[in-house]
Amino acid sequence: MTRMAAEQRHRIRFTLNGEAVDRACEPRMLLTDFLRHEIGATGTHVGCEHGVCGACTVNVDGRPARACLTLTLQVEGSEVRTVESLADRQGRLGLLQSAFRRHHALQCGFCTPGILMSLDALFARRANADEAEIRDVLTGHLCRCTGYAPIVRAALEAAAELRGETNREAVDA
Amino acid sequence: MKPAAFDYVRAESLDEALDVLRNEGGDARIIAGGQSLMPMLNMRLARPRILVDIMRLAELRRVEPRQGNIAVGAAVRQAELLEWPALDRDLTLLSLALPWTGHAQTRSRGTVCGSIAHADPSAEMPLALVALGGEVVLRSARKRRRVAAHDFFLGVMATDRNDDEMIEAVEFPATNGRRCAFREVARRHGDFAIVACAAVATERGVRLAVGGVADMPVAREFDILPASALDGALNAFAWDLDARDDFHATARYRRDLVRMIGHELIAEVTR
Ligand code: FES
Ligand code: FES
Repeated sequence: MTRMAAEQRHRIRFTLNGEAVDRACEPRMLLTDFLRHEIGATGTHVGCEHGVCGACTVNVDGRPARACLTLTLQVEGSEVRTVESLADRQGRLGLLQSAFRRHHALQCGFCTPGILMSLDALFARRANADEAEIRDVLTGHLCRCTGYAPIVRAALEAAAELRGETNREAVDA
Repeated sequence: MKPAAFDYVRAESLDEALDVLRNEGGDARIIAGGQSLMPMLNMRLARPRILVDIMRLAELRRVEPRQGNIAVGAAVRQAELLEWPALDRDLTLLSLALPWTGHAQTRSRGTVCGSIAHADPSAEMPLALVALGGEVVLRSARKRRRVAAHDFFLGVMATDRNDDEMIEAVEFPATNGRRCAFREVARRHGDFAIVACAAVATERGVRLAVGGVADMPVAREFDILPASALDGALNAFAWDLDARDDFHATARYRRDLVRMIGHELIAEVTR
């Protein structure tokens, strides 16, 4: 039996954005705090810390998850992806991020990392997601700036692009 | 906020988990998906000294037919049940209620049994269990016992589970061709229900269950009645639930919803 004592740090291994993490933390350490304070990956935001706002949403084993409702020790052996994974190494925005920029789908940007990760997970599973499905996923997020309409527009355009429908090369060919 | 400190046990067998509960039950909590428990820990409404993580136990990760019931193990996530191929046919009510249970981002981790163990009066999984007349399978180091849904829920976040017990599975009676309906009113889709209703056709009429109003989900049988008699019966049900005013809605609004949605659902399943 593996019993990990409260006041001690315990080994934790998982994959973060494709790279191995091998560190230690206390049992009560939330995944949000581990990402932000231990790793220094501050793209994942923290709003409410009780699962309501969605700002902390990351991807665990291919599904969206609230990092504030996840203990770091729970992701042992998992594959975790955060918003840092969406742009490439040169910092060029990913397809979904570019659509957000074009459509002004963010203002303060506080909610954005979580929304991007939710939509990224949706499109990975359902490339044909329609507006109703996009809006359904967005009910898990609070945005106090945009009024959501530009987010929906950006998501729809990104989805079309992912399906190759508005891809310039494809049209030109 | 952050949780108070606790020991963490990553159970490698069911016996291990049950041992911890036997020795330290009052201080221990089972954690599965954590989507009900973690907010309680973060807000320090719960301060267990030990958490026992059961998500690595393959034997709890099954959905299986059992003598007319569908058993859902303690480690089955809501998203996984939603993707179970026979859901529409065999657990029709769940296929209607699950999309209302939290959000995609919490269903991905939250378990069906965890929501039932948490026993929030406005949660959908307890409501579905009561509406279908299902059972909770409780397990301790000493024994296994089964409790009918309506005996399991005792009040707001209070259940019949003893400190040394954990939910091993819940069993929902399979649909078997019976018609079901579900409707919910909430401030935001996926938030806790102001009123949620589930209806299941029975031999003599309909069983209607209501969540979000009383301290626990409550079911009542309705015979097939002429419209005027049904009005009276639904009105009596609405009043018997003892609705209260709160931040989200008045008692009167809740009674209105019970009467209205009740009518709609009964019509839907007896059509
Ligand atoms: S910070 Fe996690 S949902 Fe708000
Ligand atoms: S852009 Fe400010 S909260 Fe969404």
